[in-house]
Amino acid sequence: MSAPLTPLTLLTAPIRWVRRNLVVIMGSLALVYLLLPNVVVMLFSFNKPAGRFNYEWREFSTDAWTNPCGVADMCGSLGLSLRIALTATLIATVFGTLAAFALGRYRFRGKSTAQGLIFLPMAMPEVVMAASLGTLFLNMRVNFGFTTILIAHVMFCLSFVIVAVKARVMSMDPRLEEAARDLYAGPAQTFWRVTLPLAAPGIAAGAMLSFALSFDDFIITQFNAGPSTVTFPMFVWGAAQRGVPVQVNVIGTAMFVIAVAIVLVGQLTSNRRKKQAL
Amino acid sequence: MSPALTTAPPPPGAAAPAEAPPAAPERRPRLTPYWLLLPAGIWLAVFFVAPLFYQASTSVQTGSLEEGYQVTWHFATYWEALQDYGPHFLRSFLYAAVATALCLLIGYPLAYMIAFRAGRWRGLLLVMVIAPFFTSFLIRTLAWKSILSDSGPVVSALNSLHLLDVTSWLGLTADDRVLATPLAVICGLTYNFLPFMVLPLYSSLERIDPALHEASRDLYAKPSTTFRRVTFPLSLPGVVAGTLLTFIPASGDYINAQLLGSPREQMVGNAIQKQFLNVLDYPTAAAMSFILMALILVMVTLYMRRAGTEDLV
Repeated sequence: MSAPLTPLTLLTAPIRWVRRNLVVIMGSLALVYLLLPNVVVMLFSFNKPAGRFNYEWREFSTDAWTNPCGVADMCGSLGLSLRIALTATLIATVFGTLAAFALGRYRFRGKSTAQGLIFLPMAMPEVVMAASLGTLFLNMRVNFGFTTILIAHVMFCLSFVIVAVKARVMSMDPRLEEAARDLYAGPAQTFWRVTLPLAAPGIAAGAMLSFALSFDDFIITQFNAGPSTVTFPMFVWGAAQRGVPVQVNVIGTAMFVIAVAIVLVGQLTSNRRKKQAL
Repeated sequence: MSPALTTAPPPPGAAAPAEAPPAAPERRPRLTPYWLLLPAGIWLAVFFVAPLFYQASTSVQTGSLEEGYQVTWHFATYWEALQDYGPHFLRSFLYAAVATALCLLIGYPLAYMIAFRAGRWRGLLLVMVIAPFFTSFLIRTLAWKSILSDSGPVVSALNSLHLLDVTSWLGLTADDRVLATPLAVICGLTYNFLPFMVLPLYSSLERIDPALHEASRDLYAKPSTTFRRVTFPLSLPGVVAGTLLTFIPASGDYINAQLLGSPREQMVGNAIQKQFLNVLDYPTAAAMSFILMALILVMVTLYMRRAGTEDLV
């Protein structure tokens, strides 16, 4: 540390520093790569593009921020995406949690088949599931629309919910429920007062994951949507062909800021709670 | 066997209240898991498994949407699809493989940093890895159009370093541009699936006991030896999970090729999408997605056998 500053150490010290911190340097560069597009999206939400496309910087403006719904159909598509994501999350979380308890708690015949069935949707390219479900709906002469999108979203969200909840269920100490029974809690009471609160973090993680997946899904939605059900990702896709309004960047930035704020507040409060517990 | 299933009376002195209440019928524990699995199982059977079989039958049908389709065991559709879209399949797997390798190269140092060097910043760094997801991925992919645009900073930097000559010699770029070239598509794929590599890598690195690193150091292993002999082998489950989670969706993706590439970079996903939504040739679309699925299943099975199977669910 306190080596004399000779010309040689002046030369080798930076090299040694780089070598010692190589992982941190490369990791930070990877983070820059990951977050750069979010910064660009944010930056270009203050742009005033010359043409219909918002790809090149021209001048600073807050026009889009003061009029976020100024583009026809965009906010409607946002509302549709929210409704689909919330409904799909609710169904997938309830059904997925039930299945996760079955797989995490019991040994039964056919368990490995069930696990394979649940793993398969995650191990398949989206476009395959999208095309096959679309073919089925088409041949059954089902009208494409809200219901078909919802069915598709629940289908691919289920596996993720099951994996998230199952991990939590398997790490739960079964003795806690035994203790509740020993203290004369009925099955219902044990479930509501002990089992469910213990599994809650896993259920919450699964629900958040499925909300994010459903809200952002494009491929499966494109194959199973009707002409009048344009979700927000589908709106963006259409805009990419016709001309991207700045408002798309406003929505992207706003979602990013809100979500990061929620996550950071959650982390801070849980840290504080941990400190108080100590 | 669950203890509730044994009909033998409890041995004298056993704590009676610990047993299930006597009112519970004996058969319940047997059927409970099936009841719990029923809703999700039916959903997946009807809307995931059945469509796959349906697709298999569609791929050997002929006819039109107006007159209806009949199963005619027309396997020529497969042959024609492979002939017409062979390059698309090749490109898909090539781009996906390159993107997966790049994800591993870029993602490993990041996961390593978060697991071992982040200290109290670990939570924040993990949030930063997931944070991109908070903005719709289509919007973020479009942002790459700005970053890689012809007059943008990336192109001019690569040009002044004469790197574009190298990439165009490799066939990755053309005409002094990055957009509408394989490089842009690979860059987009790598970017889009990087978190799917980092998160499993992190979770397997995080489980490694730091005492093993100390032990390796105490036994006079150089840091590089420690990494090669201790850290990397222990992180293999994460490497396997991460490469699968990156390669599979990347090989079926058509968004990056559509938004960042040109018709020359179209992948098999683009072809399926076009056949299904524009040409309305459902048998061809079905045959192609069936080929894609089969090829991926074969590759994944071979890879898992080589890398060692693991309970991923």
